[in-house]
Amino acid sequence: MNLSPINLALVGVLGLFAIAVYGLLVKHHLLKLVIALQILGKAAILALVAGGSAADRLQLGQSVALTVIVADTIAGVVALALAVQVQRHFGTLDVRRLSTLKG
Amino acid sequence: MIDALVVAVLLICAAQAVRSTRLLTASIWLGAASAVLSLWLYQMGAHEIAVIELSVGAGLVTVLLVFVIGITGQETGEGRALLPAPVSWALVIGSLLLLASLILPLPGTFVPFVPSDLTVLWQDRGLDVLLQIVLIFAGVLGILSLLGGAQTSAILSGRAQALEPIAAPPSPGVPPPVEAILPPSADESPEGVPHAPPEGVRV
Repeated sequence: MNLSPINLALVGVLGLFAIAVYGLLVKHHLLKLVIALQILGKAAILALVAGGSAADRLQLGQSVALTVIVADTIAGVVALALAVQVQRHFGTLDVRRLSTLKG
Repeated sequence: MIDALVVAVLLICAAQAVRSTRLLTASIWLGAASAVLSLWLYQMGAHEIAVIELSVGAGLVTVLLVFVIGITGQETGEGRALLPAPVSWALVIGSLLLLASLILPLPGTFVPFVPSDLTVLWQDRGLDVLLQIVLIFAGVLGILSLLGGAQTSAILSGRAQALEPIAAPPSPGVPPPVEAILPPSADESPEGVPHAPPEGVRV
């Protein structure tokens, strides 16, 4: 089967999406969850650029993908800062133990 | 063929980033996935986004992850998963099928639109730029308040201690005490300001 580049990109989007969702569902370390979120953001970026390329509006796809890159990076950086604070205050990054902590 | 190879490498790097038990290895796999993604974006013609993804995804995020891993430590405590394996696989496959039904195959025709090459990318995006500025500002403030400690948090929330009050100026018409006035230098003496005579000079 010979996939076109655009459909191949969408296969990549689906694969990245599946890997990210698997990581979010299975992993319980806070940094692993951040990594899974980053992979999810990459899937969104690839989807936007692939859609823009398919519609002959690549510049529009790039501009929206740029917004996604900025938002994803900020979210990841704030999540890492939160992880540092959580580690300092509670001594663990395991979300299972964090969810059972009492204030 | 090469496109399929690039996609396969991208998926392998992303899978290894999630599967790795060591956090440092996982962050390096994530950086590799970002680099391969930027290569794929460049092949698709999105040169600007490819460069930005390479610098931000493979550079900034990887460095930050390594930095945080250095602070928090490498222990992942891998053990029992959050969800049972059948449930998690069912959710992953179900969401995958739902997404695939929405985006595959692509529609046949689109409304043709031919903007100038740089117009859409760098112009006509005033609201988008404003949102990004707000987002970056909020992110920086959030990080400062999280990592800066109590003093920085107090400053950001406006509860910082007031500066020490400066000396009140003398009332008009009342000459200031002589001791309080330093003799000015020859090239800095302002007009009209009385100054004490130098020692040894009789007035």
